[in-house]
Amino acid sequence: MSYALSIDGITKAYGTVRAVSEINLRIAPGERVALIGASGSGKSTLIRLSSGLLTADSGEVKVFGDAIQSGGKLTRDARRIRRRIGLIFQKFNLVNRLSVTTNVLVGALGRVSPLRGTFGFYCRADRDAAYSALEQVGIEKHAHKRAEALSGGQQQRAAIARTLVQRARIVIADEPIASLDPKSARRVMDLLSELNRTQGITLLVSLHQVDYARAYFDRIVAMRGGEIVFDGPAAKLTPDFLTELYGASAEELILPGQFEAAQAPHTPMRMENPAELARALN
Amino acid sequence: MTTVTTNGSTAGMNSHGMPERSIIGILVRTAGLAVAVAVLVWAWHSAEMNPGQLVQDAGNMATLGKDFLRPDFTEWEFYAAGILETFAIAIWGTLLAVIFGIPLALLASANIAPAWVTFPVRRFMDMLRAINELVFALIFIAAVGLGPFAGVLALFIHTTGVIAKLFSEAVEAIDPGPVEGIRGTGATKLQEIVYGVIPQVLPLWISFALYRFESNVRSATVIGIVGGGGIGMTFNETMRSFQYPQAAAILVIVVVAVSLLDIISQRIRAKFI
Ligand SMILES: Nc1ncnc2c1ncn2[C@@H]1O[C@H](COP(=O)(O)OP(=O)(O)O)[C@@H](O)[C@H]1O
Ligand SMILES: [Mg+2]
Repeated sequence: MSYALSIDGITKAYGTVRAVSEINLRIAPGERVALIGASGSGKSTLIRLSSGLLTADSGEVKVFGDAIQSGGKLTRDARRIRRRIGLIFQKFNLVNRLSVTTNVLVGALGRVSPLRGTFGFYCRADRDAAYSALEQVGIEKHAHKRAEALSGGQQQRAAIARTLVQRARIVIADEPIASLDPKSARRVMDLLSELNRTQGITLLVSLHQVDYARAYFDRIVAMRGGEIVFDGPAAKLTPDFLTELYGASAEELILPGQFEAAQAPHTPMRMENPAELARALN
Repeated sequence: MTTVTTNGSTAGMNSHGMPERSIIGILVRTAGLAVAVAVLVWAWHSAEMNPGQLVQDAGNMATLGKDFLRPDFTEWEFYAAGILETFAIAIWGTLLAVIFGIPLALLASANIAPAWVTFPVRRFMDMLRAINELVFALIFIAAVGLGPFAGVLALFIHTTGVIAKLFSEAVEAIDPGPVEGIRGTGATKLQEIVYGVIPQVLPLWISFALYRFESNVRSATVIGIVGGGGIGMTFNETMRSFQYPQAAAILVIVVVAVSLLDIISQRIRAKFI
């Protein structure tokens, strides 16, 4: 059996800053893994390396057994292998001026012939797939709107629909809920874990706050200074242990934040921005 | 209040009543002034400046002025055909420039192409832009003969350089996020451009293209004067045969047509920004 994602000795430096340093990580198909760490700990870099959006200085990344990058270079098959990865970003990264449907159909590009895809001649089956993906994430009503007309939570769900059309076997998400209000954040997390449970899609999700990680994930990988400092079951990651790992910056991760606020029936504080929330709570 | 803030800096000067000056400073200034005067005198002679001629030829000027004040529109259909031809020259000159300018613009953008591609492409674009349309017009008249086609080619070549630069600047200013989103699905480079780049820059591109079209109509008029077809050519013919009232009518038509076009084009452009 090959791993869904297998990272071997990957290193990436920016000048003298080692953003990611000699990291090894293996994720089995169907696993749910949260990647946590204070800002600047290297989560985004690791995620970009995993998807081949960034090339490493050294090391290898394999996705379902095939190398996407190796020894600092993308492999010849990188583009084909990328199709297996559904990427989700903090800022959604949809094309604002295109319709939601078109954005979602982009997921089919890797599959249809380059010529047809480039000129937008999608077949009936692809269009149906796009529509049912939109239904699945619950935004089919907005199919014909421009992406920019949707709320943040809806845009993130459209991005997830794109990974469904792509038939991605692993979803790698970089802080997918950091720009969302607590309610939308929960909705997006619920959706991702539902896809994991019902379709066996592997999840690797970086999160800024540990309460979400504990609620939705079995396994947590914690980073600090470009290295993995913890890799184990969510239950083991107690606040005390976090303080041990991160010292003062643990506070950033264990803030009694959005998560509890979202669970409360009436939230007294509804802020879009986690940073604002953090400031308010200090 | 201002006196308080400027006090510090002016204090040094005030003790002498003037800023301090060294002998060298005075010499440099005097030399600079002398050079400036010399240049002006030389340029006066070189340009054969002769205000006397305006007085001497006052009679001529008066007839010219009188004739121009009585524009003669009897042949307006002929002029209308001329202005339409000028528009046609501008339309094709601009359209060809857009068609060829788009790939150049993409190849000149640092976020699309590697440096070894952007560098030569940019130099090539600079070359196209550095040479005025009129110069290209004279070249193409020599190549394909007098007439509107030479005008189209002249506008096309120069405008391609301009459009490519403007378009490329728009491309370099895009948000890279959506493009990465598309790259992440396993799309090809061309698909990244079609789905991620073009939708972001299209409104600006349309606006730039319309703006260039406006200015190309003006340029096409001038190009006509040197033989590149259109209303400019008609204007030149009337001037050379001393038909000043007819020439005046043409000018009126040009001003009205260009103003109308500018207004319409501005309206359209406003919609896209
Ligand atoms: N493009 C870049 N140029 C220079 N330094 C970078 C760049 N991207 C990330 N870094 C540095 O690498 C480290 C890890 O950053 P990042 O992976 O973004 O962390 P995280 O996502 O956990 O906040 C930080 O010190 C950051 O400053
Ligand atoms: Mg990050």
